Amino acid sequence: MTAKLDRVVELDQAVIRFAGDSGDGMQLTGNLFSDSTAFAGNDFATFPDYPAEIRAPQGTVSGVSGFQIHFGKTDIHTSGDLADVLVAMNPASLKANMRWITNEAVIIVDTDSFIEKNLVKAGYESNPLMDNSLSGHVVVQAPITTLTREAVKELHIDNKSAQKSKNMFALGMIFYMFNRTLDRTNKFFETKFAKNPLVVEANKKVLTSGFNFAHTIEAFANTFTIKPASLEKGVYRNVTGNLATAWGLLAGAERSGRKLFLGSYPITPASEILQEISRHKQFSAIAFQAEDEIAGVVSTIGASFAGAVPVTSTSGPGLSLKSEALGLAVIAELPLVVVNVQRGGPSTGLPTKSEQSDLYQALFGRNGEAPLIVMAAQSSSDCFYSAYEAVKLSLEHMTPVILLTDGSLANGSEVFRIPKVASLADINPPIVEANDPDFQPYRRDPVKLNRFWAIPGTEGLRHRIGGLEKEDGSGNVSHDPLNHEKMSALREAKVEKVADYIPELEIEGDEDADLLVVGWGGTHGVMLTALEQLREEGKSIGMAHFKYINPLPKNTAAVFAKYKKILVCEINKGQFVNYLRMRLPEFKYEQYNKIQGLPFMVKELKEKFSEYLSS
Amino acid sequence: MENAIQELKLTKKDFESDQMVKWCPGCGDHAILKSVENVFPELGIPKEKFVVVSGIGCSSRFPYYMNTYGFHSIHGRAAALATGIKLANPELNVWMITGDGDSMAIGGNHFIHLARRNPDINVLLFNNKIYGLTKGQYSPTTPQGSKTKTSPQGTFESPFNPGELVIGARGKFFARVVDTNMKMMSQVFTEAAKHKGASIVEILANCVIFNNKIHGLITGRETKNDNQLFLEAGKPMIFRQERDKGLVLRGTQLEVVTIGENGITEDDILVHDPTNPDPGIQMMLANMKAPDFPVALGVIRSVKSQPLEEAIWASVKHEKEVSPLKSVDDLLHTGNTWEIDNGK
Repeated sequence: MTAKLDRVVELDQAVIRFAGDSGDGMQLTGNLFSDSTAFAGNDFATFPDYPAEIRAPQGTVSGVSGFQIHFGKTDIHTSGDLADVLVAMNPASLKANMRWITNEAVIIVDTDSFIEKNLVKAGYESNPLMDNSLSGHVVVQAPITTLTREAVKELHIDNKSAQKSKNMFALGMIFYMFNRTLDRTNKFFETKFAKNPLVVEANKKVLTSGFNFAHTIEAFANTFTIKPASLEKGVYRNVTGNLATAWGLLAGAERSGRKLFLGSYPITPASEILQEISRHKQFSAIAFQAEDEIAGVVSTIGASFAGAVPVTSTSGPGLSLKSEALGLAVIAELPLVVVNVQRGGPSTGLPTKSEQSDLYQALFGRNGEAPLIVMAAQSSSDCFYSAYEAVKLSLEHMTPVILLTDGSLANGSEVFRIPKVASLADINPPIVEANDPDFQPYRRDPVKLNRFWAIPGTEGLRHRIGGLEKEDGSGNVSHDPLNHEKMSALREAKVEKVADYIPELEIEGDEDADLLVVGWGGTHGVMLTALEQLREEGKSIGMAHFKYINPLPKNTAAVFAKYKKILVCEINKGQFVNYLRMRLPEFKYEQYNKIQGLPFMVKELKEKFSEYLSS
Repeated sequence: MENAIQELKLTKKDFESDQMVKWCPGCGDHAILKSVENVFPELGIPKEKFVVVSGIGCSSRFPYYMNTYGFHSIHGRAAALATGIKLANPELNVWMITGDGDSMAIGGNHFIHLARRNPDINVLLFNNKIYGLTKGQYSPTTPQGSKTKTSPQGTFESPFNPGELVIGARGKFFARVVDTNMKMMSQVFTEAAKHKGASIVEILANCVIFNNKIHGLITGRETKNDNQLFLEAGKPMIFRQERDKGLVLRGTQLEVVTIGENGITEDDILVHDPTNPDPGIQMMLANMKAPDFPVALGVIRSVKSQPLEEAIWASVKHEKEVSPLKSVDDLLHTGNTWEIDNGK
């Protein structure tokens, strides 16, 4: 497949959005394009946009499933603001996605689906392909369904099966548009459908037909190419945040020499973590699907007592259910990693949309004085390192850790440079040796203030722990007022001490600017992109982006003190900024918040930053 | 090896903790604690392998009184905690102490799933049919119509029968004992310990303060002879010291008959089979109520089934053998990867 037009335009970056009915296979189409993009050497990030329902009514706007990919020859930190190319498999997907494309975007539509019935279902009063409403766009009209059927005619497969591969026709057209080869995708068909040669053949034929069709009709005035990105030497792969989280946990368990136990309950958008760990019994990792969120965390606390690397994964409402048990882990001073994949709330809220609104819950959502470590992953691939770090801190400091990720990171994917597990920091849990003559359940490390892990089954260390207040040292139940005050202070100081073991905050961008933009967790990529673009335009601006929230990095105040203005940006109503106001009240904070279940766009951040730069 | 076995000669003393036992004088829990202390040394298990866990309630203070590894957790959640411990380390001998409020109300969900999943955990369910620690509110096992602090007009709710719930949840082992008979408790606790899988023992326990003599008909000196049927596998279900009463199956119902009357002999009496996977008769036994029927004590159901942790760890072993992934490094390189060797 070498046919190429002469008119090849070189781009720095592009955004494509694949959209269709939720049964049209848009996620697979997007993933196959991602794979091809990786092979082409571009950096990229992706984001799926799918409905909460598995099969919402066919042909309706609420049933549209989308997949966006942003790829380029420079570092790509986000899945892109607006798409340059939209593939719309039916009227509903065109309607649903018009707001997510640029004014000049190329739109590829399956004209076969633009019939009266479907237009009505999508809520169109007139056919957008006829009424000039798409003017300004390059609209490529292709009878994809008919041509797909035609392509597989000689294979004698039924219409329904034939139509299933129409997404591959669209993919073939996009491959032509971006000067890609088909080999890698054909190989995928051979592996994936190895048991069904007819399906392999059908998909190959349809993919090739799409490619050839685009060529034959000269569908595009130009085709495009994007040079390989200049990435650091190494082996790369594509990874979603949830997958990276699961792998970081497994790596943490491997390096700590303990077995992983994940007690969890299925919940969107965190279920993939449970599913992934379930697949890895060969590493002695146990994934226990509990009867509810409470049993998920409590079984994990049991496993922690028994010496496992204890993890529970959940999303917002699930974290609410786990609150009481988190208090138990705090007072029992046992390791516990809670991965909370944030989604839109409150209550069931927006299960498939993303938000940063569980920060208060993570910091404060327990009865009593119950401090624990709170940290937040900054990108899909950082989920790997954050999960590893969460295991390390939890085990070494004998305290629960809440790791916040979010729906965007969890389902979004990006290029991940594969590290060697041996190159990650050592993990040394404070395990008590058998028959230690000095053993006491609540004896503490004099520096870190953690108690020690005395694991059942070990000779000479029998002891009792639990949810009642414990006497310092002996661990006996104690209702003594001064002991309670002392233990409360110790639990707090232990978590504060963690600041000595985490990296300092690094400034990105300009250190000598007036404006410091501040964010945390999943907004890193989009904020960095906005920052870089403004700096390219000659503006001076700095950024402090937080991964560690409780405790804060030790140099936080020193960083803040360098700037005249601090603007804190979050996908919530201002939870981190209020936390900063509480912890570091000596600074004045401005805030920028968005709460639409959607990530920031580079464009809107640049506008907001510019306001503060000029004010 | 011989030395190891000799070292296992444990006594009651090995399991007594140094903590003051704070249950009310006359509380049934004291006798249960003593029975457990009697049973543990006899099981041939090293003392550091025992883990005693509990939820919240009077009974749940139990772990503090045993010199073993112990975990006093939160209300209703002991079943989940115990499951996590057992799955993480199947070598441990896990005992869960709970009450009727802890397990039938706030922890009802965890309780039925423990029964269903069948991890090898021994559950001692102290059923005093009242909330004791919170001072006298009705529980899910309180008989309908009982007047308590929260049911001044008598309860309107139909109670749970723990045995019926365990069997309904597809539990494989259910036994019942009375807190007034230490010999019976020791014998049944030992059988529970030996059963592989979730063994649930309901202890008819007396709360001397808030629900005194709630089991009086069954345990009272005058009435117990008529109202207790101690079940033994393979033996006819005969009760009373005089051995003159027994159970027969009439149609689909159990019926109490008098041996020697109407031509009935011992041979006509139904023989107890706790190992029958079909729970039909076991369910009827669990549901028998005094005074119309004797209350069934002893092991009502004990059916062989692979414990959860055994199935899981067998799967781990198998996956280790067949998986091409030997390390997380291998895992990270699965699927599509690409190399950049001319990069920065």
